[in-house]
Amino acid sequence: MILNEILSVFTSEYFFVVIRMATPIILAAIAETFLERSGIINLGCEGMMMFGAFFGALGSWLTGNPYLGLLLAIISGLVAGGFFGFMTISLKGNQIVVGMAFIVLGYSLTSFLYRMILGIQLHPVKVAGIQAFDIPLLSQIPIIGRVFFQQNPLVYFTYFVIIAAWVIMYRTSIGLKISAIGENPKAADSMGINVIRWRYICTIATGALFAIAGACLSLTQLSLFADNMTGGRGFFALAAVILGRWNPIGATAGALLFGAGDAFQMRLQAYGIPIPSDVLLAMPYVLTLLAVIFFRNRSSYPPSALTQPFEREVNKSHGK
Amino acid sequence: MSEIISDEQTKTNHLEKSVRKFEKYFSIFLPFLTVLGAFLVSALLIFIVGESPFEAIKALVNGAFGTLYDAAFSLNRSTPLILAGLGIAIGIKGGIFNLGGEGQIAIGGLFTTIVGIYFQMLPPYILIPLCLLAGFLGGGLLGMIAGYLNAKLNINTIISTLMLNYIGFAIVSLMVKGPLQEPPGIYIQSPKVGASAILPILIPGTRLHFGFIIALIMAVIIYIVLYRTPFGYELRIIGKNEKAAKYAGINITRTKVLGFLISGGLCGLAGGVEIIGYQYRLREAFLPNYGFDAIAVALLGQLNSFGIILSGVLFGGLRAGASAMQRAIHLPQSLASVVQAIIILFVAGSSALSYLPKYFAKRSVKNDTE
Repeated sequence: MILNEILSVFTSEYFFVVIRMATPIILAAIAETFLERSGIINLGCEGMMMFGAFFGALGSWLTGNPYLGLLLAIISGLVAGGFFGFMTISLKGNQIVVGMAFIVLGYSLTSFLYRMILGIQLHPVKVAGIQAFDIPLLSQIPIIGRVFFQQNPLVYFTYFVIIAAWVIMYRTSIGLKISAIGENPKAADSMGINVIRWRYICTIATGALFAIAGACLSLTQLSLFADNMTGGRGFFALAAVILGRWNPIGATAGALLFGAGDAFQMRLQAYGIPIPSDVLLAMPYVLTLLAVIFFRNRSSYPPSALTQPFEREVNKSHGK
Repeated sequence: MSEIISDEQTKTNHLEKSVRKFEKYFSIFLPFLTVLGAFLVSALLIFIVGESPFEAIKALVNGAFGTLYDAAFSLNRSTPLILAGLGIAIGIKGGIFNLGGEGQIAIGGLFTTIVGIYFQMLPPYILIPLCLLAGFLGGGLLGMIAGYLNAKLNINTIISTLMLNYIGFAIVSLMVKGPLQEPPGIYIQSPKVGASAILPILIPGTRLHFGFIIALIMAVIIYIVLYRTPFGYELRIIGKNEKAAKYAGINITRTKVLGFLISGGLCGLAGGVEIIGYQYRLREAFLPNYGFDAIAVALLGQLNSFGIILSGVLFGGLRAGASAMQRAIHLPQSLASVVQAIIILFVAGSSALSYLPKYFAKRSVKNDTE
């Protein structure tokens, strides 16, 4: 009987929710894929998503316009990404440690600013959210229309990002350059690629993407800001990158898997199926761990120069 | 020609020696600079949001170390931080970045609580060590899962430890809502552990308990394990250069899994000591974010036992002082975490500062030879 109920979850409505839940994870996973390809791991994407969620909500609350909120979120992401780049590229700080700091900073600074700006509230303050928008014609297709084309604009933006990421990674010289500096920065440097500049471009651009991913949560899924609202989605993104073997399409597939798990547990909870909610809440995390174990591949390795800061060698003949 | 080079070389060697000496002192000095810088940035932040930084810092310090009671409470808060910080540090020494402290603390607390409740007929001198051992094993088991997955299946430890955190939380939640819940089941918490499981209070009338002494003892033990045992030596070689360790014939799988057991075990011990020293019963998220803070404690303490005690007391003071500050001048408690994050950033950035002595030395050599 329970099995019947569980199977009845898989409706077009369910897949609609999967896409919506997976959107922020897809954005963050694609961003992280590019960043890791360039030789930088940003463990703090969870924190950067928190910034995006907070500043998105703040901008929307201040102006009443969720798109201005999104703009503020993007600006916060650019700044955070640039700062992350400064810490890891210029100061050559340990990327894992800086990422850790961004996790803590993301949780605590947003919580601090929220209370300082909005005061201590009993209930979370509602803000204007980005409304769903049916794409003409496409949204009329049975099932597929409901699942893919009756979503909010940030989901459509994500479709664009997925395609653009694939094109940039595999069909342009930019993708080649990024992969080169992640695999062998010294060789890339000797070929005339400016490693430092490209790594900065990656951290700043992905900072904006992380922030948009966070804004997805506060502006489309909930229309409010709450402490720790990313709830580990940034970590799912990190796992999705590994599952996707540093390929943006693979990362998207990984992120969809987590979205599916998340939407599934929400559905089961809503149906009141007699499984403790803690088990359901832990499901996406267990699923992630199992997926990483199951889809492990000894032949796929992270970019060789991942986590290694780049130091340009000084011309030795010059000194003597 | 060769004479000139050898002359230059001795000069460089000599310089390198003095640089190394200077670096040693510089590295001791660095954490203090780091904390000072972090506090300045935090003061700036408080100023920007329109509060007085002086008032805030005064309230913070007063709250943390103003009276004997406050100071004792700060040491109470620093106890789990020192224990977990030692765990993180021994991991990093072995090239293991344990991000699973959160979950390991939770499971350690769970195991200790179970022993403390179900074996409460035992006398304290048996029950307390048993409780501590249970906490160590609980955290250690969770850590070992990540270590085993990494060594055998090449699973990225960042992902496995982060995911195991949430799984650990879920197990604790399930237990305090189910089999371990205090009857009649109104509150989401376990019953109290037996009186014979509870650690003695060190200064009467305060919250400072024997767990702090345990933390100090563990700091000494970890130092001995790392620097006076073959296992510690092997672990440090793996941390420095895994390939070299392989060529030297060190059993990497075994040493790494053991490293994870100790790293997770100390985090679990932190959870266990918290239960039988201070909270006496298990609740959900009974030590929120301590696993992450422990990483900051370990790094600020330069992975050194003595340094970890100092930075643990600093972070414990921050934790204790922040709640007092919130009561006194209405700055949200999360400010303490912001300060901690800034400290971690400064620690990460300070590696750039540690290049300074070498940089100046190189320049002076160059200037001399030119």
